[in-house]
Amino acid sequence: MDTRKRAPVVAGEPTVTSPVVHIKDLRKVYVVSQQEAGAKAVLQDLVHRRKLEIPAVDGISFDLATGEIVGFLGPNGAGKTTTLKMLSGLLHPSAGEVTVLGYIPWKRDKSFLRQITLVMGQRNQLVWDIPAISSFELNRAIYRVPPVDYRRTLDELTDLLELGPLLHKPVRNLSLGERMKCEIAAALLHRPTVVFLDEPTIGLDVTMQRRIRNFIAEYNRRFGATILLTSHYMADVVALCRRVVIIHHGRLLFDGDLSDLVQKFTEYKTIVLQVGDCQADLRSYGEVESCGDGRFTLRVPKAKTAQVTARLLKDLPVIDLLVEDPPIEEVIERVFAQENP
Amino acid sequence: MKALAELYTQQFKTTLAMMFQYRAALVIWMIGQVLEPLVYLIVWSIVSKNSGGSIGSYTTSDFAAYFIVLMLVNQFTYTWIMYEFEYRVREGILSFALLKPVHPIHSDIADNASSKLITLPTMILIAAGLALGFHVSISPAPWAVAVFIPVLLLAFLVRFLLEWTLAQAAFWTTRVSAINQTYFVLMLFLSGQMAPLTLLPHPVQVAAAILPFRWMIGFPVELLLGRLTLTQALTGLGAQVAWLLLGFVLLRLVWRAGVRNYSAVGA
Repeated sequence: MDTRKRAPVVAGEPTVTSPVVHIKDLRKVYVVSQQEAGAKAVLQDLVHRRKLEIPAVDGISFDLATGEIVGFLGPNGAGKTTTLKMLSGLLHPSAGEVTVLGYIPWKRDKSFLRQITLVMGQRNQLVWDIPAISSFELNRAIYRVPPVDYRRTLDELTDLLELGPLLHKPVRNLSLGERMKCEIAAALLHRPTVVFLDEPTIGLDVTMQRRIRNFIAEYNRRFGATILLTSHYMADVVALCRRVVIIHHGRLLFDGDLSDLVQKFTEYKTIVLQVGDCQADLRSYGEVESCGDGRFTLRVPKAKTAQVTARLLKDLPVIDLLVEDPPIEEVIERVFAQENP
Repeated sequence: MKALAELYTQQFKTTLAMMFQYRAALVIWMIGQVLEPLVYLIVWSIVSKNSGGSIGSYTTSDFAAYFIVLMLVNQFTYTWIMYEFEYRVREGILSFALLKPVHPIHSDIADNASSKLITLPTMILIAAGLALGFHVSISPAPWAVAVFIPVLLLAFLVRFLLEWTLAQAAFWTTRVSAINQTYFVLMLFLSGQMAPLTLLPHPVQVAAAILPFRWMIGFPVELLLGRLTLTQALTGLGAQVAWLLLGFVLLRLVWRAGVRNYSAVGA
């Protein structure tokens, strides 16, 4: 299959009514050569190289509306980064439709590139040896940001991300978290209206993760930007995204509200209770996940939650009781597990 | 145009800041740039002395003049993009450049020109010192000096465009060092870097006239040394313009195909 064939998309003039991001039956197939171990295989490979087609993204569809923050989830290798790269114009789709702000991304139209950004948490665009402010100035010239706008945006970003003391230090002397903040600022100086964030909080400590998270929410609120975010930290997703899109093996598994996801994929609830009797045997009420010092965690079928709760309160000297949905990590894990054979 | 001028100015500042971060590396790099022509200068001077004071039309002092001017021309036209591009592709740095609304070649031209501006004064001083040491004097005709300026600029542009184009081999293979090596050997031999081209066998001179290498280095050197007639100089200028146009077309074609390939196999 020719992976370079043109995507069958009709270019439309950018319009405000159409979705900001539109993906339909999007596919990306990588052709990789495969080689067995051993001398014979190496010789065979010289004559005839075996090619293998790997569908990284295998027919996904979704739209994003203006100002949405959507969590884009999936395990490693699910096709998230490939999709983000197709959306930002770095990768050419093998098939399907993709438009962003009405533009076909891979054509890399200059006015398209001026309105988007892609932050890759594991890669850096800042010049390593010089202070971040110099890279910012270079970006200002590249994006042709008028000096007044640049000043204002820089001040805002400096304020929101607390960049003040970092701007004039060589980037190589910054900590991972400090560098990430500068990377994000560099990517947003031209005030993009569509923001693709690929693992923006990877490797950061909890405090820094929270700061970046708050910043993303604030950027979205202030500028009405549409944001598609991938993260392995569910705290990011819970804090920022009402809607999530989940993919696995390049296919769409779920697209909807986070709360619906929990409803749809969990058959259990967790009851955490503190009882006066530390020796109590609660196995008849549900699956005991943990116990100690009179504090028990029970897993009970969702339909029986009310009934079990009532029985617990009646039968035992309950000091405290809390009914919870299972942690979001567990829900997501369950989604992936269902997809796997 | 104004925006582009601003981009070049900003890139100049960035390059300047980067170069001053690594002053020691800068000095070592300049020593390398001086050493190579100096070695050839010494070798040819000895050979010339042992052959009775001259080889072909070059006296011992002419050899010194040739390699000192060559050192400056090479410094002016030199690029490092062929080493750099492969790294950019391999490390995915190119992706950031592709996300920007400006062709990445602008940053490279600006970066190259900036570092030349910074190192050129030192190189001129070194060349002057060498000229004194080797008792060299050159007295080109005023027209040759006038033509030399556009010729040197064209030499830089031709070399830059062709090497930028060749560097894009990195889009298709991660092992570009073999290509680079072949290119540099051809360059050494056919540009006049190793020996003045008029001293080489006739077939080599014909090849050198057809291929672009001479027009990047040897030709400006010969012009400034007063070894060319006006007709030869203008013919050479024509060859440079032809290579510039060809280089421009090649660059556009290869870039388009390269980006297409990059975006097909995984940027």
